[in-house]
Amino acid sequence: MVFPFSAVVGQDEMINALVIAAIEPRLSGVLIFGDRGTGKSTAVRALAALLPDMAAVSGCTYACDPDDATSLCENCRERQLGGNLPVHRVAVPVVDLPLGATEDRVIGALNLERALADGTKVFEPGLLARAHRGFLYIDEVNLLEDHIVDVLLDVAASGENVVEREGMSLRHPARFVLIGSGNPEEGELRPQLLDRFGLCVEVRTPTDIATRIEVVRRRDEYDRDPVRFSAKWQAADAALRELILQARARLSGIAVSDNVLEQAAKLCIALGTDGLRGELTLVRAARAWAAFQGAAVVSMEHLRAMTSPALRHRLRRDPLDDSLASTRVERVVAEVFAA
Amino acid sequence: MSPFDPAWAANPAPEGGEFSDAVWAAALLAIDPIGLGGMTIRAWSGPARENYLQNYRSLLRVKSAFRKMPLHISDQQMLGGLDLTATLATGRPVMTSGLLDDCDGGVLLLAMAERINPGTAARLAAAMDRHAVISEQNSTTMVNPARFAVVALDEGLEPDEAPPACLLERLAFTVAQSGLSGDAVWPDAAVVAQARENLVVVTSSNEALGQLCSLAAALGIGSLRAPLFALRAARAAAALQGRDSVAACDIALATRLILAPRATQLPSAPADEMPAEQPEESPESLTPRDEQPEAVEDSISDAQKSLLPPELLAALAVGAGPKRASRGAGNTGDSASLRRGRPAGTKSGGLGGGARLSLIETLRAAAPWQKLRRTAAPGRKLQIRANDFRIQKFKEQTKSVAIFAVDASGSAAVNRLAEAKGAVQLLLADCYVRRDLVALLAFRGRTAECLLPPTSALARAKRSLACLPGGGPTPLAIGLDAARGMAEAERRKGHQPLLVLLTDGGANIGRDGKPGRAAAAQDALAAARLCRMARLQCLVIDTAPRPQPFVANLAAEMAARYVPLPYADPSHLSRIVQSQGDFRASSAA
Repeated sequence: MVFPFSAVVGQDEMINALVIAAIEPRLSGVLIFGDRGTGKSTAVRALAALLPDMAAVSGCTYACDPDDATSLCENCRERQLGGNLPVHRVAVPVVDLPLGATEDRVIGALNLERALADGTKVFEPGLLARAHRGFLYIDEVNLLEDHIVDVLLDVAASGENVVEREGMSLRHPARFVLIGSGNPEEGELRPQLLDRFGLCVEVRTPTDIATRIEVVRRRDEYDRDPVRFSAKWQAADAALRELILQARARLSGIAVSDNVLEQAAKLCIALGTDGLRGELTLVRAARAWAAFQGAAVVSMEHLRAMTSPALRHRLRRDPLDDSLASTRVERVVAEVFAA
Repeated sequence: MSPFDPAWAANPAPEGGEFSDAVWAAALLAIDPIGLGGMTIRAWSGPARENYLQNYRSLLRVKSAFRKMPLHISDQQMLGGLDLTATLATGRPVMTSGLLDDCDGGVLLLAMAERINPGTAARLAAAMDRHAVISEQNSTTMVNPARFAVVALDEGLEPDEAPPACLLERLAFTVAQSGLSGDAVWPDAAVVAQARENLVVVTSSNEALGQLCSLAAALGIGSLRAPLFALRAARAAAALQGRDSVAACDIALATRLILAPRATQLPSAPADEMPAEQPEESPESLTPRDEQPEAVEDSISDAQKSLLPPELLAALAVGAGPKRASRGAGNTGDSASLRRGRPAGTKSGGLGGGARLSLIETLRAAAPWQKLRRTAAPGRKLQIRANDFRIQKFKEQTKSVAIFAVDASGSAAVNRLAEAKGAVQLLLADCYVRRDLVALLAFRGRTAECLLPPTSALARAKRSLACLPGGGPTPLAIGLDAARGMAEAERRKGHQPLLVLLTDGGANIGRDGKPGRAAAAQDALAAARLCRMARLQCLVIDTAPRPQPFVANLAAEMAARYVPLPYADPSHLSRIVQSQGDFRASSAA
């Protein structure tokens, strides 16, 4: 039983970013930075319950997507040669990567039981395999140990987990949306890891008293009777789930005009973001946002709304400057859109 | 507990008010342990604390767990996991429970909580959030219920010696040494048990909720956990007093116990102007930003860029390498760890202490003996003995901590304090590249002040630096002693400290805080010798306009590298002055 997603008060930027990540998985992730006690973890864990089921190959360890022949694992590919793959519906995985997780648990390792019982080498999939086609959530991502970060960087970029350990040699698909949360006061994130997150949002503790009261009231209500509280929000969650499904269906048909592309390029140049990933992410996020809003084309407003979350963590930065240069982005946005 | 004395604190105690605040905290926590999370007891070990804990324990449910978590607990011990010895003996995976799930329904005592490492604290916090332990170790995932209250025993001396913020945030109460008097009146355990039963029916009005939220906001408390804790504490207090709804006196009590200690501002500020500052950020809000404009600092950095030798810290650390190795430093430097870092081969040895079995190597070691063992003891297919165990070794790189001790005295302020700041900024950027931790100490007047405890968040370092005021005499010896103290504390944590002293050398306050140039100089030299005896890596940057032999002598006594900070090109400086009209004012501030 988790806190319902729709019942999270305020924090619109974070909620929207999570919804966009659910609509467009290719954005590859959301980083949530901010104060303590602002509902970061609550929102991410609530997302799991909100997401609609997906089709997966029955009997596949990695829950391969039957509609995407390119991402099938080796086993499914072989089975496909023998005819159609059986399909069933599964919940979208939201996998927690706790700070203490060992490398073998993340990557996968030799199945100990089988190795001891009959001396056979069988691969026991790790967290990366479990997170395939879903979400991988890391709370306090800035405290994650370096060797685990190295693993994540590689897999998040390639969409594939290559295992070469304990005499095993295999690879399997591992495409997931990375969700990280943390408090920037407690440590920096490596720029390479920052780059893996498509969107970056900042959460602040709400200053409006009425909002604050509502947050505490709902949390308290939930803690006292989780079942009743969840039932109360079931309809709202279902409506949001329907909106996400519609947006996903609409996504590929949404046009992006040259004007919008040009504006995106101007924004990236003005902000001096490295590489083309910034532009790509910005346009994808704007398209997903347009889809969620029910629009047929991406407007300048959609682009503008996504500029901060898509670019604020990509500025080439002065290491001593505040880690998330929102004000700089906002200034440039105002200039570029005014021109 | 708080610097102000608002009306509610002076209110007469509510019914049953013979209890002290510390007793209230223990009683309320015993009534709603999960909802309130726990408490921090900031006091030294001793009979008073023991007595308090005993009394608290007597209020708990009979037979509930009351377990102590040692400081350096391994993940396996804490979260549970695979019991390798039993697994090998039986030939199938055997799981052990961890300390956290053993504590389910009880209390977890955190010994020396101020020294707990952030990773352990984060894991503990995650378990508290979920009321369960999820352990992902050694190819096994386990989810076990873990609903417990945490009692953090904090023996910290300095304000920055405290349990990690993520933990404090989740504990409702703080009890200080002064609250642990032995003759306090405690509630009857039966009454507390009754209150625990009644808690579910206690209601609170919307006004009560609104009041607590507004108060929290007026006190500048950002986190919304605080008003939530206050609401629960008020309900627990009502339950303890046999009421079924929250009354004004419960609100007052909750405010005093939970909100007041977290306050970051006076409640007199109108609520609608409340800035959403976190406690850490409050120093920034106290210092007007325009005193130290960013642009000036940036140009100073530029001015200094060409003047400081490149990669000063890196060179120093490299130079320190062989010296360190020759004296065989115990727990500093690159250390072979059994738990973290890059894999670096295997060795034979026993399990435990978080050591990870290298299964393949173990099986390989056992393989040649199988035939022999099967004839000696027929039965099991695979026979593994303790001496077959192979342990995975890891190489862990220890973090360096650069401790900047900055002379912020009047003479230094006149002699380019702003430039010294610029120099520190450059070195900070260097630290960022090397992923080091940084800490900042400033000394002036009669004290040394820790502006920034070791952190890797350089944005904070920059802010602390910008807020650094100048003026007053120069307590060089006191500054050095403080820096050495911090460096030694960091070394005890397994970090590699690096002391960077920035001074113009004009020591005129001795160790005892008394003025006197000669005595002050002697004391400073003595303090420098102590740094050398502590075998600290040191760097002395002379910020005087015309370097005097004294600072060089000081550096020699410290066995430090001595770097006079050369004068910036005057034409360059004057250009900065011209472009930034308020430079002179800010550097003299």
